[in-house]
Amino acid sequence: MPRLVLKQIVKTFGTFTAVDHLDLDLADGEFVSLLGPSGCGKTTTLRMIAGFMPPTEGTIEIDGKILSSPSSVMPPERRGMSMIFQSYAIWPNMTVFENVAFGLKLRKLSGDEIRERAGRILDVVQMGHLAERYPSELSGGQQQRVALARAIVVQPAVLLLDEPLSNLDASLREEMRFEIRRLHDEFRITTVYVTHDQGEAMVTSDRIAVMNAGRIEQIDDPFSLYNRPRTRFVAGFIGRTNFIEARREANSVAFDGFAVPAGRFNGELEGRTGAVTFSVRPQNISLHGSQPAGTNGLALPGRIVERAYLGEFWDYVVAPTDSALRLRVVAPPREVFETGQNVWIGLAPDQMTPLA
Amino acid sequence: MPPYLGAIGWILLAGPNAGWLNQAWTFLTGDPGSIVNVYTFTGLALVIALNSFPFIFIFVKAALDMVSSEMEDAANILGAGAWRTMMTVTLPLVWPAILAGIIIVFLETMALFGTPAIIGIPARINVVTTQLWQFFEFPTRVEVAAAYAIPLLLITVALIAVQRLVLSRKGFISQTGKGGERRPVQLGGWRWVLFGWCAFVGLLAVLMPLVVLLQASFAEAWGRGFSFDNLTLRNYYYLIFQHDMAMPSVWNTIYFSAAAATFALIIALLVAYIQHRKLVPFAGVLGFLAMAPFVIPGIVMAIGFYAAYASPPLALYGTAALMILAFTARFLPIAYANCSAAVRTVHPEMEEAVRILGGGRMRAIRSVVAPLMKKSLFGAWLIVFIIATRELSAAVFLVGPNTRTMSVMLYDLSEEGNFEVLSALGGILLIITVTLVAIGMKLLGRDFMLRRE
Repeated sequence: MPRLVLKQIVKTFGTFTAVDHLDLDLADGEFVSLLGPSGCGKTTTLRMIAGFMPPTEGTIEIDGKILSSPSSVMPPERRGMSMIFQSYAIWPNMTVFENVAFGLKLRKLSGDEIRERAGRILDVVQMGHLAERYPSELSGGQQQRVALARAIVVQPAVLLLDEPLSNLDASLREEMRFEIRRLHDEFRITTVYVTHDQGEAMVTSDRIAVMNAGRIEQIDDPFSLYNRPRTRFVAGFIGRTNFIEARREANSVAFDGFAVPAGRFNGELEGRTGAVTFSVRPQNISLHGSQPAGTNGLALPGRIVERAYLGEFWDYVVAPTDSALRLRVVAPPREVFETGQNVWIGLAPDQMTPLA
Repeated sequence: MPPYLGAIGWILLAGPNAGWLNQAWTFLTGDPGSIVNVYTFTGLALVIALNSFPFIFIFVKAALDMVSSEMEDAANILGAGAWRTMMTVTLPLVWPAILAGIIIVFLETMALFGTPAIIGIPARINVVTTQLWQFFEFPTRVEVAAAYAIPLLLITVALIAVQRLVLSRKGFISQTGKGGERRPVQLGGWRWVLFGWCAFVGLLAVLMPLVVLLQASFAEAWGRGFSFDNLTLRNYYYLIFQHDMAMPSVWNTIYFSAAAATFALIIALLVAYIQHRKLVPFAGVLGFLAMAPFVIPGIVMAIGFYAAYASPPLALYGTAALMILAFTARFLPIAYANCSAAVRTVHPEMEEAVRILGGGRMRAIRSVVAPLMKKSLFGAWLIVFIIATRELSAAVFLVGPNTRTMSVMLYDLSEEGNFEVLSALGGILLIITVTLVAIGMKLLGRDFMLRRE
């Protein structure tokens, strides 16, 4: 049974629609990211879940009980949730320990129990030795850990995170992604995580909801989302990709300069007619010096147009012969081709995802 | 130093015949005539200028702080010398700030009562504020005064609008925001000339008036100069133990100022908080109202308060309530600007973090907001208190027999021409101010009075 349910949520500010009929179900203990560019409505959605904002339409329910509707909103302090803010919002007038103990005090726990639980969670986030420090004496990463501890220690019904890593530097950000996932594996708190960074979402989440213009474009686990994007927006937002235009004809799919029998694609083209756009990831295209033999894929002659060496891989742009297409290809460092060199381009139809 | 004390200092320095500067001239040259006379239009203007130049200083310094040395480097590398750089780059950049400062000085001067009353009336120089004062002498003609004050109000509103326009013009201060690095300019020998100029201004504006005031306050007769037989504590003794008005006026001043500072701060804080957290629709209007007294000259406000509250049904004339009310309204904008800045430093997420963990809004204010703003609110209170202790131009119109403030007392003593006692009372006022400023600096940092938003 889904635990947190958003039904047909709409939020408008004046004439601007920030969230547009959004549906979202979270199972108990599930970690879902809201991923999208700035202004897509993800933070607004999160703040409505927290109760800081009433929805214009729709309801937010937890375990079947309505928390928010346009007519009544349970205030945030009675929702039993907790939240990690973009600015961390660590209270500078309290020590690390007092920050973490605050929510427990509000729950009227005994002094011993507060000390015990706050101490334990501070050890979990490796901040036990700094419990008596004030936040101004801590680094950004340490403040982030305090914010995590403060939010988790109360064992919230739902944990909300609002771009918690956006103020950290790059290496710390990568470390904290795994830290957040580790804490989730340990405590299994139902979590909604807002971010614009696909890496963060992919490391931390069970499922990712890609948002655009107030709507969820696709919600899926990270693997499916990357390999089977359903819309052009999702394919372009998650990782890099090539968009290839084509026409579905009676028994084949016609590309610019070549055609592929329709039967070679997975069932996804069933019932499609007319123009179709395919997404092909750069690492799913192969390059060969001579015509490859015996592949069940598709080999096209072409020529290297541009190349760049990035250390971990080659970044090529190839042009198939007699075609205006330009394809971006990522190849391992040992596959060296010169600019202008003639090559064979290997395409696998099952790696070509038709977009809606 | 309040302007009226500066004015008295300059009477002691440059009064005809007896003024120190004139005595020094006579002593040096044997010429019994006077070289300077404060009781002239030039004298009046100079004394006011010496008291108002800090306004321009504050504005221009804030603007210069924004100009990066790199701006000047860019001119230098293209071949401009220090002088040319200053004329073509630096000055144009801060010119709007200079203009804004000039407007403020103009407005402050136009609404100034103390200095023109102390120097101008004996010199038979009449200005709008002293004329307004005469309308208030028996028989009081409030209606005439009110009508007479309207142009003052209109000019102020118009000029403040102009000033806002000047300051908000795009491309005014260097776009790099915090301005980057600033290095001292190499001046060579000019250094001493400029240093001399700064010292000269400081000498004229503060040091000389202060020295003569202090001397007079400890003197039997101020004109006799420094000598042991002239030294006495009698003036202070007289004020503190014998004068029937002096000590009440000190307590009145402290009481009114403290009460007004407290009320202004409470109102300002509520408005600032409501506005920043958008707790009610149209909260911006509240903020605008809180700032509105800023455009009303103190003297005009006093006339308005007199007209509104002095007569029945409220009949507050001569009560402490009227004074506190007037001071509260007059300094509300200062309190509001400070509170607004203080509220802005507390990120809304700080409060939201309390609420999501189960605390209500009041809990958030008690545990987080209040402790975080404690210091800056105390600073705001102190600023309002200090400014209120020196207020003259509104107070002089609203005091009754039992609600005299020190500033009004000082003005009355100057009309009597009793400069020794007057100086002693000024000394007491300065001691109070200096003590408070010292407390503020100790607790809040050296520049707490000068910080703008």
